[in-house]
Parts: sequence; structure tokens; C-alpha cells
Amino acid sequence: MTTADLHTLTGAYVLHALGPEERVEFEHHLMECPSCDQEVRELAATAGKLSLVVAMVPPPELKQQVMRRISTERQEPPGPGRARLERRSGGRALSRFVLAACVAAAMGLGGVSLWQHQEANDARQAAQRAERQSAELAAVLSAPDAKLAAGGLPGGAKGTVVVSTSLNKAAFFTSGMPEPAAGKVYQLWFNDNGTMRSAGLMNPATPNNAVLMKGPVDAASGMGVTVEPAGGSSEPTSAPLAVMNFPT
Amino acid sequence: MKEPVFAGRPAPAQPDLQELIGLVARGDHEAFSRVYDAVCGPVLGLVRAVLRDPAQSEEVTQEVLMEVWRTAARYQPSRGSAMTWILTLAHRRAVDRVRSAQAASDREQRAALLDRTPEYDEVTEQVEASLEREQVRRCLGGLTELQRQSVTLAYYRGLAYSEVAELLAVPLGTVKTRLRDGLIRLRDCLGVTV
Ligand SMILES: [Zn+2]
Repeated sequence: MTTADLHTLTGAYVLHALGPEERVEFEHHLMECPSCDQEVRELAATAGKLSLVVAMVPPPELKQQVMRRISTERQEPPGPGRARLERRSGGRALSRFVLAACVAAAMGLGGVSLWQHQEANDARQAAQRAERQSAELAAVLSAPDAKLAAGGLPGGAKGTVVVSTSLNKAAFFTSGMPEPAAGKVYQLWFNDNGTMRSAGLMNPATPNNAVLMKGPVDAASGMGVTVEPAGGSSEPTSAPLAVMNFPT
Repeated sequence: MKEPVFAGRPAPAQPDLQELIGLVARGDHEAFSRVYDAVCGPVLGLVRAVLRDPAQSEEVTQEVLMEVWRTAARYQPSRGSAMTWILTLAHRRAVDRVRSAQAASDREQRAALLDRTPEYDEVTEQVEASLEREQVRRCLGGLTELQRQSVTLAYYRGLAYSEVAELLAVPLGTVKTRLRDGLIRLRDCLGVTV
């Protein structure tokens, strides 16, 4: 890697986003590049601020446990830290779940609750269903040819569609969708050259949602979302809230 | 005891952490207790954002705090604030954990993770931190979409930049530069100086 390239790695470095080799290479560079060194300090302080957005109140027993542990834990003397060789693994396939969660997280900062199964945490069955669906979703997301297109929906909500041509499947994610009026549902459609083909319903109760679109993509060039009477319709009965072209 | 609050200026959010860390380095339990109070909320929140699983998040948070206890004498103020030091440790450990969990291709574990997605409404509104928090949100909103996605995927989800690139279907080099210029823009927006 050239020195000019190395200068650009400060951000990835402070976010712990480099692979192991690049990390080592960059750390060598840091020792001889004062401007990167300064930038790393500033960007590390900046990244730390991002944690404020997700801060939580810790459970009281956590403090008790930690306070108990320190009374028996030896402290290390001052001095240079051990050059801890990090067990980092580059290039591993993403866990399917994490991958799916990422897309949803990417659409809205932090506080995204994405899975429909959250409301059904009482039932093992629901968990299995969610797992099955998420496995299918994840297959789409992790397909080597998966492509993603994002667009706005009314009311500031966002939609992201992920399409895999090799799997002939598409998934649709929303964030910030308002609940539809009573007795109404959101329905997804494939756009077959102007003809809308149903791709299933979206759970209306959760503003942030991830669904596998029902049926094959085939020749569809895009998708649409409409509001339909409960149970859905065989063809759209209202003007679409959004129409998105599939990424190519 | 509460610090006096001066009108027009936010009260100091924390005790002087750097000083406290110096005391912790000498084995001061009371100082450690105060460090805990100052850092545990952001540490736990960050770890949980990355790991999602509450039990694992608490475990990793404990490890982070134990590392602070053990290595307090090695903290170098010239390298950055104590808060930055601790949050860097926390992010590092969370990222290591999430990547090793991914490596273990244990279906059960994945199902368990899936079943325990955190409820983000558990996130608190700590009054003294809320101003700064709002500022962070506002500054994140000032990034381009790609900058924001890249930075948040790497920070809150612990993704490597190659994974971010794959997920967003953009070239590796683009993600590298978006991570950098995104953080630089945040730095300037937040007025971070070191
Ligand atoms: Zn440099």
C-alpha cells in the first residue's frame, strides 16, 4: 500500500474496521506520520461521542459484580502496554442475522427495532418463523450479487429494496413507516413493466420492518407499495405510496 | 455533592476522569466506583449496540471495566481523554466479540441473538448528557447518506470496512474515504479538539 493510501485509513482505523494486515501496516505508518497520528486522536475522540446516542442505564447488579471483582483482581504496573496481538479475522462471511440487521440499521440511526417477531416474543413458534424468514432474507442480503436501492416514502419514512438476480428474490426494508389506518395494510408489488403483481403484505404494526417479497423477481423492473384493505388485494386499489426501480 | 450550575454554560458532565484514573491506578476503589458511574452508561450502550444480546453485552462491559481497573496505570493522557480511552477499549472488545460470534457458525446461538434484539426504548435520557447527545444526532444528520451509513455500520454494528462495502455495494476505497471524511465532518461539527 502506498503512503498516500495509508493516510486515508485514519477513519477505518479508529472505527476498528481494518483487516488485521492493514491494521498492522497502518500502525507502523502511525509511528512515522505525525499528521495521521494527530488525526487518529481527533477521530477517536469523535467516534467516542457517538456512544452518547446509545447510552443506557446499567442494571445495578452490574456495578456490584464489577466492584466485587476488582477487589481480587491485580493491577498491571505502568509501562508500555503489551503488544497485544489481536485475534482479528478478516474476510469472514457475515452472520446472516447481523447482515440483515445492518441494512435495517443503516436506514435509521441506532434505535431500530426491526423484526416483526419482537411483538410475539411469547411464542417459540414465532421465533422459528422469524428465524426462517430471516434466513431467507439473509440469503438475499448475502447473495454475492445483492444490490440495494434506497428511496423516500411519504412522511419521511425510508424504504430500501435489496435484489438478488441469482436468487430471483427481493427483500424490502422500511424505517419510520406510520401505522396504516384501521382496517388497512401495506401491500408490496412487483412492477412487471407497468403491471403490478402482488409481493405480499407488510406487517403494519412496526415502523421498521424487513420483509422478503413474496414470489420471484423474474422480469420485474421495480416495486411499489400501496395501502390496501386488510387481507390485501389482488391488484392495487389505490395510488402507490412509492414506486422504486430495482438497482441494476 | 452536586456541582454548581452556571447559567448559560452546561455543567461539567463528569468528574475529572483523568484525575480519577490516576487514583484508580493506585488501587483506589472509591475512585473506580466514580469512574464506573461516569462511563458505564455509554460503555454498555455502545457494547449493546454492537452485540445486541443483553447478557453478552453485560459480560463484555464487565471485561471493559476490569481492563480499565487493571491497566489504569498505562493510560496516557497525552493520547486523548480518559473517556475516549475507555470507549475505544469498549468498541474494540465489542467488535472482537461480535466477529468471533460470527465465526462460530452456531445456529442456536444465532437464533438466540435473533430472539434477543434489544429494545431500544430502554435507552435512557440522561439529563446531563442529552444536550451533547442531541448535538451528535444533529451532526450525524449533516453527513451525506453514504458517510452516515458507513460510519454507523462500522461503529454501531462493528463491521469491517470490507463488510460495509459489500453491504452497501460500493467500492472498498470509497468506504475507506467515507469513514474518514465522515468522521472529519463530525469532528468539525462537534468541535472536537485534542
Ligand atoms: Zn499518514
